[in-house]
Amino acid sequence: MMSKIVRTMSNFLILVVLVYGLYIIMHGHSTPGGGFQGGAVVASGVALLIVAFGSHSIHENLKEHHLSILKSTGLLIFIGLAFGGMARTFFYNFLVGSPIFGHIPPLGPNPGEMLSGGVIPLMDIGVSLNVAGGLSAILLVMALAITATEVEE
Amino acid sequence: MHALVTHSPILIIAIPLLAAFLIPLIGRANEKARDVLVVAALAFVGFLVIILAKDIYFNGLRVYTLGASSSILTIPEHYMVPVRIILEVDSMSTFMAIITATVSLAAAIYSLAFVREETGQNRFYTLLLLLAAGMFGMELTGDLFNLFVFLEIASIAGAALTAFRTRFADTAEGGFKYIVISSIAALMILLAIGLFYAQYNLINIGALAQVMQYTMLDKIALALLVIAFMMKLAGVPLHMWCPDAYSVAPASITVMLVAASYACLYALFRTCFTLYGVCLNLVTVGWIVIIFGLLSMFIGVTMAVFQSDIKRLMAYHCISQTGYMLLGIGVGLAVLDNPEALNSYGIAAMNGGIFHIINNALYKGLLFLTAGALFYRTGTRDLNKMGGLAHKMKWTAIFYIIGALSISGIPPSNGFASKLLLYESTYQFHPVIAIVAMITSILTLASFTKAFYSAFMGAELPEYEEVKEVPKSMMAGMAILVVGIIFFSLFPGLVIDWLAHPATEALINQGAYISGIMGGMG
Amino acid sequence: MEGIPFNIPFLAVAAMIGIAFYIIVSQRNLIKLVMGLSILASGVNLFLITLGYREGGIAPVYTHAPTERMVLPIPQALTLTSIVIAVACLALMLSMVVHIYRHTGDIDAEKSRQMKG
Repeated sequence: MMSKIVRTMSNFLILVVLVYGLYIIMHGHSTPGGGFQGGAVVASGVALLIVAFGSHSIHENLKEHHLSILKSTGLLIFIGLAFGGMARTFFYNFLVGSPIFGHIPPLGPNPGEMLSGGVIPLMDIGVSLNVAGGLSAILLVMALAITATEVEE
Repeated sequence: MHALVTHSPILIIAIPLLAAFLIPLIGRANEKARDVLVVAALAFVGFLVIILAKDIYFNGLRVYTLGASSSILTIPEHYMVPVRIILEVDSMSTFMAIITATVSLAAAIYSLAFVREETGQNRFYTLLLLLAAGMFGMELTGDLFNLFVFLEIASIAGAALTAFRTRFADTAEGGFKYIVISSIAALMILLAIGLFYAQYNLINIGALAQVMQYTMLDKIALALLVIAFMMKLAGVPLHMWCPDAYSVAPASITVMLVAASYACLYALFRTCFTLYGVCLNLVTVGWIVIIFGLLSMFIGVTMAVFQSDIKRLMAYHCISQTGYMLLGIGVGLAVLDNPEALNSYGIAAMNGGIFHIINNALYKGLLFLTAGALFYRTGTRDLNKMGGLAHKMKWTAIFYIIGALSISGIPPSNGFASKLLLYESTYQFHPVIAIVAMITSILTLASFTKAFYSAFMGAELPEYEEVKEVPKSMMAGMAILVVGIIFFSLFPGLVIDWLAHPATEALINQGAYISGIMGGMG
Repeated sequence: MEGIPFNIPFLAVAAMIGIAFYIIVSQRNLIKLVMGLSILASGVNLFLITLGYREGGIAPVYTHAPTERMVLPIPQALTLTSIVIAVACLALMLSMVVHIYRHTGDIDAEKSRQMKG
């Protein structure tokens, strides 16, 4: 648990970090970024909270099994979309041309379209849920384990 | 049915993944549903492997392109090279997939009772399914980077499972050694992939084999790949992690780690035979593989004779049996460009080495599961503390005898059949090899007899009064492997004609592998 | 890059891999061994990205300017995958070091050995 200034600023900064992470996730198919990168940014926001507030007070609200459900949901979205194109082959991009994320961008220099790419942005969302949940769980559990080890000595 | 066979290469990898992702949600709700899901997923995958193997035996090899508009479209229009992830399945791949499917099913059924009192069972079954998916991925893929990714999946899942029982002090050490060695080996493989991509702009195995020119960088990549795969399959002198990791893991996980090291053995064969083929200095590389095999056989069995921990003893035997497989394939590799030597003893040596892989997976798996049964009932792995258990655990003793006779190569077991093939063919290549192999067999029999007398024979000890036979699911897991051993012992000729010989032919035939990918252009 | 006689990124890769192997072989503190492995992973990732560089190339974003020469994009995808895998491996290794410390009270590789022979 750090001082009042750090806690107040981290309360504000976590929102900025989450928006930044969401931006990286959603535009992953047309700008640098994507599922893992955005998920890691969100997990770094959780790391900020753990450092500012201490792992025990975070653990009162954010249990490990909530993160486990988040992880599984993300992974099931990913593999469900992969099975979705099974009419032709596995991982077939069956959403190209359809109204959900299916717009085909024009060639040449252009600012890029968020609503394009077919299955890929949805898979990015699935992967980012998994990565954010997974890395946050790793950070939370290791922070709890290390403070427990220090207390024992 | 035809659609199922067409999509089966990817379903074999994807169904364990899907089941692994479902387990945290389903296991939280209902434990029995989770057990049923695990066993049903692995049984369905076993069924898919069998129909795929039958189709490939009759119709030749099969490719599957992920994400294309049809599964056999390896090179899109107006392109000259394959651009997607392609799974290429031939007889050697299905041979290894049969081994993995059998071993995973036996391990999963065995684990239902073995880990019942542990906490965190959801994570155990998730990691077990991920380990199985990683092994299937390594065996069915036609792409080097895909091999690297599935190798890492299998390594991380295997290391986490090795250190599963965190209440003991030595499990974390065994798991740590396993993950460090696996990480270093995988990074060396990535370095070799980088060297290939820098020269040829390709990472597909078939496409690389067609344009391979064996420059100096290719020789460096070959050395990196051989050393990395030797680290992963515990060949001497890179075997130090093997006894530690195999002895502290839960018994069903040790069985799957053995199958994972055979998947890395398969990757080594793919590299030597299909990726490089006849442009290697065959005699040099063949003799290097043979020397590794001889060292593994001899050092493995001599270190095993004086061990007092039963699983550590079996792990050293695992190292020595891997030497037999390296020996058979090394002899085949050394005579690959010499047609009359190849037909007279090279193919027989490779048949023996490949048949030995499936024999070893079956009887080594059975022996590790019996050691786990002993640990489950007595709580110790130390042979000096056990004694007189044959009176109480009759079925475990019988399974142990079957496994020990097979591993020592006593007729009429299946171990005898594969070792006889190896002795006869390697003797014609160089007599010293066959003599070392026979001495190893004798020492193997000696150490297993010693372990049997320590654990099972003798007077009953008072602290084991209430020891009973093991639960039914553990017996079912062991029974799957015993049925396989008995079937292979009674009909070895059938097994060689249907399983081992097509695999040998598929390894030697590099041209069929290349033209499967390039669509007849190569 | 013209006036420099050697390729500095490839020399850096060789130095990192050499230092990493030296650390893994010689250090006895388990945390330092894990750090050595992390340096090895970084060296191999740097190698993968450097081999894709083309003289005067631009970033391989397709909407930017598809008429100029781009650096190779596939090694960048391989590197991303490798970084993800290295993160997972590192987390697992550090958890095991925490467990070893808890059971034996020491993170020296010689003093915390349980299995011999």
